[in-house]
Amino acid sequence: MHKFLIRSFVSSLVLLFTLTVAAVAKDVKAAFVYIGPTGDHGWTYQHDVGRKAVEAAGFKTTYVEGVPESADAERVLRQLANSGHDIIFTTSFGYMNPTNKVAKEFPNVKFEHATGYKREHANVSTYAARFYEGRTILGTIAGTMTKSNVIGYVASFPIPEVIRGINSFTLAAQKVNPNIKTKIVWAFTWYDPGKEAEAAKALIDQGADVIAQHTDSTAIVQMAEKAGVYAFGQASDMDKFAPKAVLTSVENNWGPYYVDRVKAVANGTWNQKDTWHGIGDGMVVISDLDSQMPADLRSKVKKLQADLASGKVHSFTGPIYDQKGNLMVAEGKTADDGMLAGMMTYVKGVEGDIPK
Amino acid sequence: MIKIVKRDQPSKAIFFFTPILAIFLTLIAGGIIFYILGFKPFEALKFFFIVPIADKYGFSELLLKATPLCLIAIGLSFCFKSNNWNIGAEGQLTFGAIVSGGVALLFYDQEGFYILPIVILAGAIGGMIYASIPAILKTYFNTNEILVSLMLVYVSKLILDYLVVGPWSNPEGFNFPETRQFSDSARLPLLFEGLRIHAGIFLALAAVVISWFVFYKTYLGFQMKVSGFSLKTAKYAGYKGKKMIILVFLISGACAGLAGVGEITGPIGQLHREVSPDYGFTAIIVAFLGRLHPVGIIFASLVVAITYLGAETAQIFMQIPKYTGQVFQGMILFFLLASDYLLFFKFKFIGTKK
Repeated sequence: MHKFLIRSFVSSLVLLFTLTVAAVAKDVKAAFVYIGPTGDHGWTYQHDVGRKAVEAAGFKTTYVEGVPESADAERVLRQLANSGHDIIFTTSFGYMNPTNKVAKEFPNVKFEHATGYKREHANVSTYAARFYEGRTILGTIAGTMTKSNVIGYVASFPIPEVIRGINSFTLAAQKVNPNIKTKIVWAFTWYDPGKEAEAAKALIDQGADVIAQHTDSTAIVQMAEKAGVYAFGQASDMDKFAPKAVLTSVENNWGPYYVDRVKAVANGTWNQKDTWHGIGDGMVVISDLDSQMPADLRSKVKKLQADLASGKVHSFTGPIYDQKGNLMVAEGKTADDGMLAGMMTYVKGVEGDIPK
Repeated sequence: MIKIVKRDQPSKAIFFFTPILAIFLTLIAGGIIFYILGFKPFEALKFFFIVPIADKYGFSELLLKATPLCLIAIGLSFCFKSNNWNIGAEGQLTFGAIVSGGVALLFYDQEGFYILPIVILAGAIGGMIYASIPAILKTYFNTNEILVSLMLVYVSKLILDYLVVGPWSNPEGFNFPETRQFSDSARLPLLFEGLRIHAGIFLALAAVVISWFVFYKTYLGFQMKVSGFSLKTAKYAGYKGKKMIILVFLISGACAGLAGVGEITGPIGQLHREVSPDYGFTAIIVAFLGRLHPVGIIFASLVVAITYLGAETAQIFMQIPKYTGQVFQGMILFFLLASDYLLFFKFKFIGTKK
């Protein structure tokens, strides 16, 4: 009985604390700038889920969707900074220069730019997620579930973020199945259901029986469902769009970070930083594992997930060789963040060349 | 009883009245849509059409947005007046931006007064080269210019993608799809400190004046008008059709190319994947709303520009989905086409006889 009392005492303390913070923080307003529609079920959708978490924490939020990375971004940012917002999250790479430009003019407003590298002013932070950790999980599943030993991968643009994902995925798949090959199709888009579906179909026609994706729409998992092959959801849990095909999804979970940063503004503790969080910090989340996966694979994945979170396992642990057989990471070593950030070579086992 | 009667001649007064009617009907329909969506219609319309331009900065943004639309629409009116359906201004804009951006990148670490004129000229030439493709294919191979110019839009965007991802990407930019920033000498000068409106607006105004002169004071303008009414008449009159087709496409391409220059050397300052939010397509609406008349196009470009700004403001302050801006653009075109019915028909009130 007294355990129950303590627990309820503690939880009411927590509740009280949250309420106090919420009451203090009422004045802080956060704004979000999105590249796509909030209903894309991918990149923007997940950022909006994060925004809702900020609302739930008691803060006011505003968002503008479908803001092109053209000259328009700067106007939207300035308008938000001008209309009483204290912190502005710009959630696409192309907002990098406008974000820094507007930040210079509004030193009292905090700016948070996703996936960029420029922090030209003290009020600009950058943040990104270690999605490659999620891809280590997907690679492990793909390498185990494939029968044809050909794995398809729909990629967006040849930038380090995407190359890193392909490598991390392939390394994990090779570890459980040394015979696999990863075939890449470059869609040259982040979001174009038609193109993505075509790319997936091309890969399936080439014998791929598991399809991974680094583009945002649900078209690929739906194509996989139709063709009777496996696939993985991207950015959000896409299971409901292709219940048979989707084995699991890698979810972008921005909520905790957003709440954390908005609270920091409210408390006056916000400072400039460059954040790169993975599974351990909960920014990358693995959805429920499909029951089609054998039980031992599922428990293996659970353990891998825990080890990635604790840091016991690193996605890029040597020896790692590039396509030509040159050593990239020595035995027993792991790739450092500098190498990961600039990764522009395929590892052994990936087919084809990086488009130049 | 009301009877619908065909007019003997299209009414000139109605010709200029229907765009205003179309805008008016759009406002009413827009208000109804806002009401159905659960917003206060007048408040929403206020945030859409008044708040965005209520201050100096907003007004500068309006002009910034209207500049490329006006410039492209003026160019397109040369084509449309003479029965040439250039749908690919977006591609000509993109290609102009590519060529002028390429030149600007050559000078990325240099300063000099001569850089900007070269960059601007390069953009106009780029647009002309790109517009000459559908023009030449039309005149010498009888291809359909609508399809060719439209398809070339996608080609130009892929070329731009390729360049900014690959050979032209910023060597210090971690392989992200963007070029270096241009040097200040390659940027169009700003007109006012703290505002984004730049010298590109003078290009648009020059285009307005020149086009007015050509349309109404020159033989070429007359030829275009006759060809617009009837190609057979033009042929019968002995006009050199091919030369004119190529000329109007080149003018149109140059204008679109200059609009591209204005974007990249104005507010953007570098090349990346998205240099234009489809100005080339929206300018088609502007050209028709402005009745292919230079002065009409100025007003039309301002009206359409405000639908972009208003959509942002309405979302920030009232959480109205931003895509309603596109709905407004669509409605303007729809009501314009619908009210054009009045050009050729009139309602006649006839007393009923018993």
